[in-house]
Amino acid sequence: MKQWEVVIGIETHAQLSTRSKIFSGSSTAFGAEPNVQASAVDIALPGVLPVLNKQAVECAIRFGLAVGATVAPKSVFARKNYFYPDLPKGYQISQFELPVVVGGQLTIQLGDLEKTVNLTRAHLEEDAGKSLHEDFQGKSGIDLNRAGTPLLEIVTEPDMRSSAEAVAYAKALHALVRWIGICDGNMQEGSFRCDANVSVRPVGQKEFGTRREIKNLNSFRFMQQAIDYEVQWQIATIEDGGRIEQATVLFDPDSGETRAMRSKEDAHDYRYFPDPDLLPLIIDSEWIERARAAMPELPVAKRDRFMADFALSVYDASALTGSLEVADFFEATLAVCGQTNAKICANWVTVDLAARLNKESREIGESPVSAAMLGGLIARIADSTISNNIAKKVFEALWNGEEKSADDVIEKQGLKQITDTGAIEKLIDDVLAANAGMVAEFKAGKEKAFNALVGQAMKATKGKANPQQVNDLLRAKLGA
Amino acid sequence: MSLTLEQVRRVAHLARIEISNAEAENTLGHLNGIFTLIEDMQAVDTRGVEPMAHAQDLAQRLREDRVTETDQRAAFQSVSPETEGGLYLVPQVIE
Repeated sequence: MKQWEVVIGIETHAQLSTRSKIFSGSSTAFGAEPNVQASAVDIALPGVLPVLNKQAVECAIRFGLAVGATVAPKSVFARKNYFYPDLPKGYQISQFELPVVVGGQLTIQLGDLEKTVNLTRAHLEEDAGKSLHEDFQGKSGIDLNRAGTPLLEIVTEPDMRSSAEAVAYAKALHALVRWIGICDGNMQEGSFRCDANVSVRPVGQKEFGTRREIKNLNSFRFMQQAIDYEVQWQIATIEDGGRIEQATVLFDPDSGETRAMRSKEDAHDYRYFPDPDLLPLIIDSEWIERARAAMPELPVAKRDRFMADFALSVYDASALTGSLEVADFFEATLAVCGQTNAKICANWVTVDLAARLNKESREIGESPVSAAMLGGLIARIADSTISNNIAKKVFEALWNGEEKSADDVIEKQGLKQITDTGAIEKLIDDVLAANAGMVAEFKAGKEKAFNALVGQAMKATKGKANPQQVNDLLRAKLGA
Repeated sequence: MSLTLEQVRRVAHLARIEISNAEAENTLGHLNGIFTLIEDMQAVDTRGVEPMAHAQDLAQRLREDRVTETDQRAAFQSVSPETEGGLYLVPQVIE
């Protein structure tokens, strides 16, 4: 049987985080009553002219800098012509021959493997409105609130070789656009939507197979399912002697299948031409440098710094740089508990805190335990005031708002670890006296009995003694 | 280069313009006349000349990102053939 290679390229529409639309002063806020945010420009009344939103351009520049692309000193808006009721002008203003961002790369992580995905381009364009097909007695309802919302369409080279790589890319891009603050990444509201171009070819063949484009994937899970289905469908079709026809397909999450949209022979004849209503967009080097100066440290740079400065593993450092919010929280925590505790701090942020947040479906920005509180807690573990087990109790108390700091919880609930040797010896004497049977068993050579005695001693201290210290003292007393 | 009648019909269809056979023939003549003009211009050597994106040698003016529009839905929809619940109604379109 033939071995098949999968080839995937992805186009993403990221809705830019601007207050107003790309060519008009209408609000872009989500969820308004139909058509109340659709101005004369958005509904294409005769005689209106588009005026470009500076912030949308700023977002494109930030993206270009973040992926190491060329920000074009001159780019041109073009008309993409097609007829659809939610596109009132009869054309979409987009960019064609001269896009604002050219090239660039994104590094994706698959387990321990790293891979670079090359970007072709990113261009500015306007979104269309929304068509609603239900409940209007054979008519469609049109809401133009979304018409004119700024989008950055980000296009990759056909560099991905599996659904896993495609999803890793989509996740990395999603994290990046949020990190640099150009897109809120809300997939339910359609702020981040992906199309996947999928083809297969026999391993070793140079030419690409015919591709089919899966439209509007609005979750990572659907992306994985849709590509996996599409790949096996294409392979089965070819192995059965069929041919793949270029087509646009939709994924149906209920059936788990992709199906071709009714193909129109002229669907792709968009007759692009430069929009005479808009002059070329000029971005000078001063603007680019200003934008560069305002950029946050990027995820990969931050990850590498965490590894170099704090001796963290690539796993920990990647988990901590999954979002800017998590990275900031980690650094704020570390500022309180000290850099020497970076590893234990990483564990608390990525394991304990993450699990607790997950359980209540909260974002890290909504954590009742602040970075300062967590840092204070970790400092008390580090200086042996409390054990790890007690720390979990203290964390729970902080989460529930019982006290304002770890120190207060430890003080009020008497959780301070007992390190006074005299006090522990006294407790051990009591335990030995009360468990003569176990002592005898130990003396007869049963090591298990020793562990049982340690357990009893820890219980007597309510977990507040240092286990190692109890161990040592107990052995000394038993003369072992 | 000259166009065919079929190409004229296709362009008309893409632009959703209904044309009769006579109009198509007539248009073909006009368009081919324009192509002759273009052919004359193509004799000029334009190597090294950047394609012109706009007739004016100016840069696009930008606006600050501020919401300046207010809700004009009632006014706009007063001249619309059919609306319901704030939506414009159009003949059904389903992909």
